[in-house]
Amino acid sequence: MTVTIEHYLLLSAFLFSVGVTGVLTRRNAIVVFMSIELMLNSANLTLVAFSSYLGNSIGHLFVFFVMTVAAAEAAVGLAIIIALFRLKLTTNIDEINILKW
Amino acid sequence: MIQLIYLTVVLPLIGFLINGIFGSKIKNEKLIGLIGSGVIGISFLITVGAFFETLALPVDDRQTIVTLFTWMNVGSLDVSFAYQVDQLSLVMALIVTGVGFIIHVYSIGYMHGDKSFWRFFAYMNLFIFAMMNLILADNFVLLFLGWEGVGLCSYLLIGFWYDRKFEKSTTADAAKKAFIVNRIGDFGFLLGMFLIYLTFESLNFNEVFSRATTFAVPEHIFGFIALFLFIGATGKSAQIPLFVWLPDAMAGPTPVSALIHAATMVTAGVYMVARASIIFASAPAIMMVIAVIGILTAFFAATIGIVQNDIKKVLAYSTVSQLGYMFLAMGVGAFTAGIFHVMTHAFFKALLFLGAGSVIHAMHEEQDIQKYGGLKKHMPHTYIVFLIAAIAISGIPPLAGFFSKDEILWYSYANGGLIFWILGAGTAMITAFYMFRLYILTFEGKERFGHDKHPHESPKIMTVPLMVLALLSVIGGFIGIPEIFSGEHGNRFHNWLAPIFKDAERKLALFGTHSHTEELILMTLSVIGAAAAIWFARYVYLKKPSIASNTAAKFRGVYNLLWNKYFVDEAYDAAIVDPIVKSSRTVLWKFTDNKIIDGLINGTASLIETLSSNIRKIQTGIAQLYALVMILGIAAALFWIIFSL
Repeated sequence: MTVTIEHYLLLSAFLFSVGVTGVLTRRNAIVVFMSIELMLNSANLTLVAFSSYLGNSIGHLFVFFVMTVAAAEAAVGLAIIIALFRLKLTTNIDEINILKW
Repeated sequence: MIQLIYLTVVLPLIGFLINGIFGSKIKNEKLIGLIGSGVIGISFLITVGAFFETLALPVDDRQTIVTLFTWMNVGSLDVSFAYQVDQLSLVMALIVTGVGFIIHVYSIGYMHGDKSFWRFFAYMNLFIFAMMNLILADNFVLLFLGWEGVGLCSYLLIGFWYDRKFEKSTTADAAKKAFIVNRIGDFGFLLGMFLIYLTFESLNFNEVFSRATTFAVPEHIFGFIALFLFIGATGKSAQIPLFVWLPDAMAGPTPVSALIHAATMVTAGVYMVARASIIFASAPAIMMVIAVIGILTAFFAATIGIVQNDIKKVLAYSTVSQLGYMFLAMGVGAFTAGIFHVMTHAFFKALLFLGAGSVIHAMHEEQDIQKYGGLKKHMPHTYIVFLIAAIAISGIPPLAGFFSKDEILWYSYANGGLIFWILGAGTAMITAFYMFRLYILTFEGKERFGHDKHPHESPKIMTVPLMVLALLSVIGGFIGIPEIFSGEHGNRFHNWLAPIFKDAERKLALFGTHSHTEELILMTLSVIGAAAAIWFARYVYLKKPSIASNTAAKFRGVYNLLWNKYFVDEAYDAAIVDPIVKSSRTVLWKFTDNKIIDGLINGTASLIETLSSNIRKIQTGIAQLYALVMILGIAAALFWIIFSL
């Protein structure tokens, strides 16, 4: 059995769905954060798969961009979570709902 | 000179601009007065030149149209700034610039020392500008421009001393009253103009009047046009029912009363009727209305004049009454006689007002004739000219008033009927009576003023204009000597104006079936009547003053009725002004404005507020909810894209 593009796409869709579910359902900000990373990486997987399938390197290029942005985002996001924790003594995002009317 | 006639319009405008813009900087009364009256003087000379030039032309070519530029040209409507020089407009232009010039010169003395001297002359020049537009216009639109312009100047000049008290309110209120009452008339005039345009598809005088004789127009259309135009005339010329503003217009400075509210502006309605004579002649029913309104105005205003004590009020009601005569003349088809009376009236009424101004000046702004008396020896010049004017207006031959008034009375008998003559002659007697009451209480008898007043004759700059007007009041009538005295030449004034009115007179088909003997008898009767009234006034107010007070006491009811001017103002207040004020306050202000308009605006605001205070609740602050909505949105968008392709 050879591994075809469909397998990669199905895996990537599965990973993305896991990420979405995590973002929507988990209360802990760090887990939500990790779920977002999961979504990003599932997108990366798709890009690489298509890059290989089509035989050009543009997809690889994008993966590097996404990885850099993800790294930067992780740094900023963790900093925000730490700052919020200092203020609220919690990382439960349903308790952090002060940005409203 | 005829081609230069536009200068008589432009020069006063220049005078207005100079005095109006730089007047407050000039500070020199002599210079302001020189500019103000100089431009009018030059206009007068140009008008005189144009008059003699026209006189030299053959009778059929005496109409010249001087076109300056096209004002508006829309579809079939073509209105130009074009001035029509003909027999009628020349007569009016001579009166306006001539009498206007005299009054301007007089004003230099009268307004001496006033803090707004320059403003006065600016307004007066603006008035002459508007008035010349009115009488020289060759179409209804330009006439209306002048018509509104004189109304504006009247407003400005009545309220000239806007900080002074006048009767129970201020001069500003009197000015407002004049303006608003005039608006009612102007509305009628506008309707008349619209109807003329609908009917004749032009507003140009020559076109309209020639079409009025050739187009097949039903009589009731003529009737409505004439009625609407006449409503305009009742406003401007202070006839029943719109005369109430003129007595209040006396709040203005006296030269204004003389120029605008006696000699020129108030005769604009008479001029307009004369100008459109063919339209009026085509509506006999409205001619009758005009005659009746005219004679009623003349009679009732004269009766009010008997009891008034304010020198200017008496003259104001006298003006209303004399204007009634002019409309009586128009109504019975004696257009020439009406214009003739406009002219003589301009002379002697301007003289009366200026004389009154001289007296008021001497008596330190006192206007109550009960506090005058015996001014004869203090003011010999004013006294003699005032006496001349009083005789002239009373209709004693051979002064100017006699010729014009008697002509009107004669035609009202010949074309109208005996009742018009009786009321007209009765009014003439009343006029003679109250004019001599005014004269005697002012100049004759004992001095009834305190020692704090030192009456003195006015300076030359005021008395010389008075003398010129007095001379005109004496000789002014001779250009219109009736046929029975002048023989084969006929009436010169009639001959001069005949081409203007020939269509209207042919339409009316008034053929003189009355003899000269009748004319002489009626003339003699009215002169005897006037002389008797003068004698009676002398007897009552000089010999036996007790009669006046006894009569007043005996007929308290009648006296009160006259003293309160038939309660017309009160009736208008009760019937029109108060309901409007009250309904405005309760319905328009408290209900429509406060409830409906404010309600709509506040309602919109509170609706938005209620909606948004509910909608904003979906902003929960929970980030996961936002993410959920976003994902659902993306999913929906994807579905739509995928399945719609």
